[in-house]
Amino acid sequence: MERVAIIGASMTQFGQREGEWITDLLAEAGIECLGDAGVDADDVDHLYVSNMASGEFEGQTGVPNALAHDLDAMPAYTQRIDQTSSSGGAGIYAAWQSVASGASDMTLLVGGEKMTHKTTGEATDVIASLTHRAEYKTGVTLPSFAGLTARHYLERFDAPRESLAKVASKNHKNGVDNPKAQFQKEVDVETILESPIIADPLRLYDFCPITDGSAALMLCPESVAKEYTDEYVVISGIDGATDTHVVHEREDPTVMGGVVESGKGAYEMSGLGPDDIDVAELHDMFTILEFLQMEGLGFAEHGEAWKLVEEGYTERDTGELPINTSGGLKSKGHPLGASGVAQAVEIYEQLMGEAGPRQVDAETGLCCNVGGFGNCVITTIMEAAQ
Amino acid sequence: MTMDATRYENGSISYPGHPRGPGGSNPAETIDLSEYTAEVITWTTSTATPPGVREPNHLAIVEFDVDGESVRAIGQLTTGDVETGDTVQPVHVDELREPGAGIREPESQDWDGYRFEPV
Repeated sequence: MERVAIIGASMTQFGQREGEWITDLLAEAGIECLGDAGVDADDVDHLYVSNMASGEFEGQTGVPNALAHDLDAMPAYTQRIDQTSSSGGAGIYAAWQSVASGASDMTLLVGGEKMTHKTTGEATDVIASLTHRAEYKTGVTLPSFAGLTARHYLERFDAPRESLAKVASKNHKNGVDNPKAQFQKEVDVETILESPIIADPLRLYDFCPITDGSAALMLCPESVAKEYTDEYVVISGIDGATDTHVVHEREDPTVMGGVVESGKGAYEMSGLGPDDIDVAELHDMFTILEFLQMEGLGFAEHGEAWKLVEEGYTERDTGELPINTSGGLKSKGHPLGASGVAQAVEIYEQLMGEAGPRQVDAETGLCCNVGGFGNCVITTIMEAAQ
Repeated sequence: MTMDATRYENGSISYPGHPRGPGGSNPAETIDLSEYTAEVITWTTSTATPPGVREPNHLAIVEFDVDGESVRAIGQLTTGDVETGDTVQPVHVDELREPGAGIREPESQDWDGYRFEPV
C-alpha cells in the first residue's frame, strides 16, 4: 500500500470570530490550504468536513456541500465527519482511508466549529448532549467528568494538585508563541490554583475555552505528493477506537481504553513505539486528560505522568518529549471539529521545520484526539518524508 | 419508582442496562438499586451547569455491592459534604433537571430519579 502524504496545512485565527459563521471559517481554512499545497480546487477528488454540531450551534446543515461550492471544488465528493470532539481526528482517518484505498488522489480535509455566539451554559449543554441519558439527566457535563476523574487520580496516586496546574501553565506558555492561539498569555501556577472552581477540584484554568475556528490538511498518495513538492509529511500510523459510552462503567476510571487501543494500532502500523516520538499534541480539553493520554500512549507508567510533568519532561524547550507545543486546546482553543485537524497542523509544521519560535527538533510526531470523555479516540503518527 | 440496573445471563450487572451486556450476554433480570447502599468512589461539585440544572450540582460515581457483584452508577448528591469512601443511599426526587430548559426536547428529559444521600 502506498504511503499517504500531507502536502499542505492551514489554520485560521482561533478565538471569538464575531459575525462569521461555520461556512466562512471553513472556506478561509480551505482556501489557505489549497494555496499552501499548491493544489487547484479542480484537482480535489474528496472533500471532508469535520464538524460536531453546526446544526445545534447555528442551525446550519449541509456544510460540506456549501464548502465545495465556496471553494469551487465541484464535482468533488463531499462528506461530513462527526465524532464529537474527535471529529477532526476522525476526519484525518477518513481522509487517510480515501487516499490509501485508492478512491481519491487528492483529499482536502477541513475541520471547523462556530461556538462563541452561544452562552457558556448553552455550549456546555450542546456538548453534554453526547452523554447517555442516564448521565445527562443528572446534569453532568464534560467538565464534571474531568472533576470526578481528577479527584480519583489525585487521591489514588497521591499526586499533588499543583501537577495539574503545571500542565495548564506549560501549555499557556507554549501558546504565547502561537499567533493563531486564542490565548497568547502566560498564566502562573498560583493564578491557576486561585481561579474559580468549575468542577472541584478543577478550576477555571484547568479547562479549555469555547472557541471559533477552522483548520485544514491536504492529503494525497506519496507518488502524487512528489509532483507537487520535495518536502512533505507522511502518515505512518493511524487508528481509532472506542470505550464505553457510559463513563462510570469503565473498570478503571483512570484508564481511557480508546487512547490505549488507538495508540496500539497506530504504533503497530508505523512500526514505532512511544520512545520514537519526538513531539506530541494531546487533547488537553481538561488538564487531567494530558496525564491520562501520556499514560495510555506509553509515555508514562500508569499513575506516574504527573511525575514527568513535575520533572519538566514535557516542556517545549528543555524537555525530552515536548507536549502541546501549539499551546494545546488549553491555550490555542477548542473549536470542536477543528481541534483534531489543528493538532495535525502543528505536528506538520514541526516536522516541516515551519513552527517558528515553537520549533523543536523532531522527525516523528503524534497527535491524540479525544471525543466525549474518552468515548472515541483517534491517534495519528506522522513522520517527515525521507 | 425504582432505580433499575440490569443483570445479564453471565451474572454481570450494569447501570444503566444495555440490550447486550459484557461479552454479548443477554439481559436476564432487573435489579432495583434503590434498595441498596453504595460507596462513593469519587465526587465533584460543578459550578458551571447547563440551563435547567441546579447550581451548584453535587455529583458522585458510587459503587453498589449486589450479592458480591459490584455495579457503579453516577448520580446527584443531596449535599456537597461528602468524602470518597462514604456510604450513601438513593433517595427519590421528583425532578432531576428542568425539562423545559436545554437543548433536548422537553418531553424527552422529563425525569424523576434518585439522588445519593450520605448514610
